[in-house]
Amino acid sequence: MSDSIDLTYVRTEMLPEQTPPTNAIGAVRWVRENLFNGILNSILTILSILAVIWIVMAIGPWLMNSIWNSDSLSQCREILTAAGSVNHEGTHGACWGVIKERWPQLLFGFYPSELYWRPTVTFVMMCIAIAPILFPSVPRKVLWFSAAYPFLAVFMLWGGSIWVTITAALGFFLGFAALTGLAGFGTLVATTGAILIPILYWLFGWTPLSDGLTNIMPWGIEPVTTSDFGGFMLSIIIGLSGIVLSLPLGILFALGRQSNMVLIKTVSVVFIEFIRGVPLITLLFTASLLLNYFLPPGTNFDLVLRVIIMVTLFATAYMAEVIRGGLAALPRGQYEAADALGLDYWKAQRLIIMPQALKISIPGIVNTFIGLFKDTTLVVFIGLMDPIGLASAIRANSAWQGIYWELFIFIGAVFWIFCFSMSRYSMHLERRLKTDHK
Amino acid sequence: MAMDSGAPKESFRLSMLLYDSRYRSYTIQIFVLFCLMLGAAWLVDNTIKNLAALGKDFSFSFLWNVSGYDISQRPIEYTSTSTHARAAIVGLTNTIILAVMGCVTATVLGVLAGVLRLSTNWIVARLMTIYIETFRNIPALLWILVFGAVMAEAMPAPRDFRGADATASMSLFDSVAITNRGVYVPGPLFDRSLGSVDLGFISPSLDALAFIVVVILSIWANKRLVNHATAVQNATGIRPVTWWKSILTLFVPAILLLLALGFHLEYPALRGFNFSGGIQLRSSLIAMWLGLSVYTAAFIAENVRAGIMAISTGQSEAAAALGMQPGKTMRLVILPQAMRVIIPPLISQYLNLTKNTSLGLAVGYMDLRSTLGGITINQTGRELEGMMLMMLIYLVLSLLISSAMNVYNNRVKLKER
Amino acid sequence: MNTIAERAIDRSHMTVSDEVAIQISNMNKWYGTFHVLRDINMTVNRGERIVICGPSGSGKSTLIRCINRLEEHQAGQIIVDGIELSSDLKNVDKVRSEVGMVFQHFNLFPHLSILDNLTLAPIWVRKTPKKEAEEVAMHYLEKVKIPEQALKFPGQLSGGQQQRVAIARSLCMKPRIMLFDEPTSALDPEMIKEVLDTMIELAEEGMTMLCVTHEMGFAQAVANRVVFMDQGQIVEQNEPKEFFNNPQSERTQLFLSQILGH
Repeated sequence: MSDSIDLTYVRTEMLPEQTPPTNAIGAVRWVRENLFNGILNSILTILSILAVIWIVMAIGPWLMNSIWNSDSLSQCREILTAAGSVNHEGTHGACWGVIKERWPQLLFGFYPSELYWRPTVTFVMMCIAIAPILFPSVPRKVLWFSAAYPFLAVFMLWGGSIWVTITAALGFFLGFAALTGLAGFGTLVATTGAILIPILYWLFGWTPLSDGLTNIMPWGIEPVTTSDFGGFMLSIIIGLSGIVLSLPLGILFALGRQSNMVLIKTVSVVFIEFIRGVPLITLLFTASLLLNYFLPPGTNFDLVLRVIIMVTLFATAYMAEVIRGGLAALPRGQYEAADALGLDYWKAQRLIIMPQALKISIPGIVNTFIGLFKDTTLVVFIGLMDPIGLASAIRANSAWQGIYWELFIFIGAVFWIFCFSMSRYSMHLERRLKTDHK
Repeated sequence: MAMDSGAPKESFRLSMLLYDSRYRSYTIQIFVLFCLMLGAAWLVDNTIKNLAALGKDFSFSFLWNVSGYDISQRPIEYTSTSTHARAAIVGLTNTIILAVMGCVTATVLGVLAGVLRLSTNWIVARLMTIYIETFRNIPALLWILVFGAVMAEAMPAPRDFRGADATASMSLFDSVAITNRGVYVPGPLFDRSLGSVDLGFISPSLDALAFIVVVILSIWANKRLVNHATAVQNATGIRPVTWWKSILTLFVPAILLLLALGFHLEYPALRGFNFSGGIQLRSSLIAMWLGLSVYTAAFIAENVRAGIMAISTGQSEAAAALGMQPGKTMRLVILPQAMRVIIPPLISQYLNLTKNTSLGLAVGYMDLRSTLGGITINQTGRELEGMMLMMLIYLVLSLLISSAMNVYNNRVKLKER
Repeated sequence: MNTIAERAIDRSHMTVSDEVAIQISNMNKWYGTFHVLRDINMTVNRGERIVICGPSGSGKSTLIRCINRLEEHQAGQIIVDGIELSSDLKNVDKVRSEVGMVFQHFNLFPHLSILDNLTLAPIWVRKTPKKEAEEVAMHYLEKVKIPEQALKFPGQLSGGQQQRVAIARSLCMKPRIMLFDEPTSALDPEMIKEVLDTMIELAEEGMTMLCVTHEMGFAQAVANRVVFMDQGQIVEQNEPKEFFNNPQSERTQLFLSQILGH
């Protein structure tokens, strides 16, 4: 070691930025890093490309030869033969004529065609009603429309006297009035009143009142029976009702399962485990076959309504489990802080616990919604005309006998759009709410 | 202890039922119990009245009547003169067969797709994303119908295999025939069969039983071998090489047994207008199996991906910093943690798949729902009893699966603390 | 510690009145069969600043959690502000809105902004109009010296800031008694000071405080009484000067030697 090494160094000139060596940029580099980095990856890439080619070769010509103008499968096949779109298995081309001809039916079922405007308007109103719930930028006042929407929708779709709907809605006003009016007597009394008074009203006051009003002022629109409901309209009715009803019920059962009251906990656990333990289809059969045994002799109410109840109960059990997971993920300190500030159980739940638990469980909740919407197809087994039921009905018609893929693709695509948008929205929501934290 | 500290003894007031934590929960529970009893009484009363009005009683004796219908897929002996109970058991067996087949395939496909979706290979990851998003977002029933239609419409009829100008041919060295009636695969035959034992209710084949016993014994022996290796490692620090011993213990006894029984395969062959010989997997089974497998696999793939991603990179860095090789890091650090995240949702997917087997009716698969919950109910008019029994059976199946999950959860939970 | 010693503390308002704020007599508590609190007797007058210390597991946290009934005691009596804590839920609610509590891990509500954290209880429990509640909240945020953070979320603040927000949150309920459950144990050293300063200011204004802490400097500067607990019992209590300079019990001496020894 010599002392004479000069350790001082001062840079006098800054280096300019330089471009990397050419072999490391652009498409070549990308391909090498993402597709051919290693033997295994190269094999996978080649296999994937082969698979894509095989799929395109199998489906491509079939799609390319699509025929939109035909009134029957045989006519379509004639056109295809004439155009030379034939392979060894016969004609090779998609016959979209069935969609062109039958799409109103796939959307609305056997709803009277001159009344198609009613479900259409209801659907548009649905988009408006859910907008403020989905997007915070929509004015909050639209929420009042959202609250009124269920009644509007029922009136528009089922038709009949307007008083049935209005007097039914009155029950909720009575409940709300009881909640605020009895607030002075304590939360428990007010809640009990808010539950009991509307139920009593619906059991005993509703029908006479609406009948009376209808007799005085017979205002209404043409009624449509639910046996005419069908197609995606039916799927959306069942799915949306199930979604809207199962969330609050799910919260209640999740809280029930967490309760330290033995009876409440047992009831919740038995309900949740029973519903989760049996296939939805058995519940639907219960709705269609067994409900007549359990209700007073002579009662017979709408099959669609029964299905909605069963689907809701089914989704409720799953929802409860999802929300319970969210509750379990909350630190104990949150409960303690709420207690220490003097918030009572329901206020603590509403203001502190639920907002956080629900946020944690968003992915699970939306997955339950998606599952519920997909499960609406099961109603075909009890004879309701959902899109899949209609597909069979269309095939039963001699003109379209033997048509499968076009119908499946159309139905699948519509379901896919709904479910995929829901899952994307949930991701968006998670990101949006995440800004709350660091 | 010191209760006599002059605490003002309050007399009981009615409002204490609601505002005293000692009584409040009892008040609420008694109220709920009252409502529940009322509701239950109302339901039972209605049911009794309705049954009386229909002139029916409540009895399960119909189960012992002759069923009078055929079931195409019969894993155990069954004819149309068998009882409804036996039909239900055939259905249940079919449900279980489908569920087991589906779970195995869905797991393999799902793990593969989940791992590949995390691949750095752009095209593979994209393809897997497309697969997962497509299958997850379209109803299972539609997929079952699609696979049903593929089997029924796109597959050749047995007669297409005939003659010199056959348009279809058998696959896999002429051993498998895929037709629109189902898939015919080679079946096992034994020259020196042990026969079967008649238990009255079912008559299982002794060959199969012997095979199962030998496999279980081999697995047990292998486990002892591995335990011994671990013991040696713990004592000396050096793990003896066991892989070839493991292979020998696992496979040689089974192969010896098969040789002793004179095992050979029976290949399906075209006789007349149909295939015979081997095992026929009916179109309905294939459609259900494929439909449920690829549908559930898409969900499993997402669980697997989430499980792997849940393990922070810190864990592999920590293991690497301790000088562990990648293989050991995976086996000893990453996998045990990832499994803890993956297994619970995996088992609930099994549960879903098992429940979805009840969609069998869509393609005519004769599962529990189609036998007991379908034809039997229609023929006997015993909706109430039939549905209750069916729900009970499904419930027991589900509870068995979820108790397996609970056992697993408790085991990993114990390890955690 | 020297930071507190250097600080000029205004004791003019720190007066102990004769009025009893908390009366605990013969109180006992068990977790299952484990006897956590044994025969606790304690009277806290209005204006007192009490520091409770003791080894971990000595029951000190449990004791102050009993005072607003986050934990239930099984025997004996706790009277807070003339209200007895019993199974009567109305009394519990009354006591909780009179007594503020600050936790070791802050327990702010992460889904609400700082301002919403502060106004939540006044609006929903005290039924204060929103505008008024917000004014009060801003007043206390200024007092804990972070008014500029009002619209941020808890996750965006440092630990010390979060704890000051938690103190402000309790103050918004205008409590007559404040309980602190190891308010500085989860904080980095440089943040402890800002929280202690806030607590000292509170003391200077004459707040009745019960504080579980290991900050002995704080105890010496502010407390009028130090309570030492071990094995669920009050072992010794005294004025801070006497307590630190002349501990009587062997356990106290051991504890002090451990905590001050390094």
